Amino acid sequence: MGVPQLPDKLERLIETFEMFDPADRTSMLLSYADQFKEVPPAIATRPFPTSHQVPQCESDAYVWATRQPDGTLQLYFAVENPSGVSAKALAAILDKTLSGLPAAQIAAVGCDIVERIFRQNISMGKGMGLMAMVNAVQALAKAAMPGARGAQREGRESTAGDREITTSETSD
Amino acid sequence: MASSIDQRGYAHPDVLVSTDWVEQHLNDPKIRLIESNEDTLLYASGHVPGAVHVDWTSDLNDQIRRDYITREGFEALMARIGATPQTTVVFYGDKNNWWACYAFWVFQLFGHTNAKVMDGGRLKWEKEQRALTRDVPSYQSAQYKAAARKDAPIRAYRDDVFAHLKQEGQLVDVRSPEEYAGTRLHMPDYPNEGALRGGHIPGAKSVPWARAVNPEDGTFKTAAELKKLYCEDQKLSPAEPTIAYCRIGERSSHTWFALKYLLGFSNVRNYDGSWTEWGNLVNVPIEKGATPMSKAAG
Repeated sequence: MGVPQLPDKLERLIETFEMFDPADRTSMLLSYADQFKEVPPAIATRPFPTSHQVPQCESDAYVWATRQPDGTLQLYFAVENPSGVSAKALAAILDKTLSGLPAAQIAAVGCDIVERIFRQNISMGKGMGLMAMVNAVQALAKAAMPGARGAQREGRESTAGDREITTSETSD
Repeated sequence: MASSIDQRGYAHPDVLVSTDWVEQHLNDPKIRLIESNEDTLLYASGHVPGAVHVDWTSDLNDQIRRDYITREGFEALMARIGATPQTTVVFYGDKNNWWACYAFWVFQLFGHTNAKVMDGGRLKWEKEQRALTRDVPSYQSAQYKAAARKDAPIRAYRDDVFAHLKQEGQLVDVRSPEEYAGTRLHMPDYPNEGALRGGHIPGAKSVPWARAVNPEDGTFKTAAELKKLYCEDQKLSPAEPTIAYCRIGERSSHTWFALKYLLGFSNVRNYDGSWTEWGNLVNVPIEKGATPMSKAAG
């Protein structure tokens, strides 16, 4: 089996990043960080539940996924550390390129994209946390795939009317 | 709330400046603010107005050998940031000034003693909601004639550590308790950057570096608090030669700063080979466990 293909929007974005020199890549990452939108109150309010907290992320990041009526997923993020610029950039990138896709496509996105996106901007302490963010998104997507054990049991109606996905019961 | 710097009983309080002081000197041409971070995006996302960026990997390290920049490299760096030997450089950064202290230490290898650290670093500046800008300043290139790099007074090489061990000299291991005990090879939540053995140098006292700061605002603890931490709890003597180490010498440069300038230890060196060297050396003594066992531990 080959490596699963990345969703088109994400692949194109990464290819753009790869064409940039370090200064332009930094600007582009900052531009994404500036576009970061925090999870709306209809999905989650503070204090955010630890079940949605990304482990190992020093930026104190949280991630949610809801199933939309058409069956695709919508991702939401929160980054509590005001210095969490990298986490905000990655959250915005994941939202813009993955939200609106079927769970199976999102579940195929692995944490190796972090290295491709950040390159020299991946600092020692940040790398693990950023990869953990991608892993958290992947886990939610897997939980939302048809037939996933926990997803059906744990999915619950959010105040926005979507089905919120959790991964708390999905591990064997 | 941290007390003012001159009320904390430090041996050399002049090496620390407050955020207030920095704000009052933003337009002082004799001062050059330098931001050094672990997160390479932070400076670009907003910095203290007028501050230049010095990156610990690309600006301070030799790009081929595991070493620091040469005299020529330092001269070029100072020319780039428009600093002369008379310029007072003020370092600040993320992570409780971890990388700011590292840059401060590298500057001392070249004898640039007109150097200070902004107490509390980025964290305090941001918490106080002081101005940040994305404007990158441009300074006229300066002529800087540096002295030859002088490692010996503040930098320990592997052989220096061996000699120090023979004399049962004081060692401070500033890594996390788990790294010290040998139950992990790297910092919690950080990648393993390659040590084959876990543990600590025999006799080393364990004082994780961040215990020297107040976590709420990143300021250094008072001299009395630091004295308790290093001298009373760990029985380290300010009069005895001391070597601090961590994984690659960055966290330990923070402890080096606290011991040398805040507590007045007379002879402190930073072993930048640290655990990524010691933990890979063939047939060198290593201790495991949460406390030092060897005679050198005292």
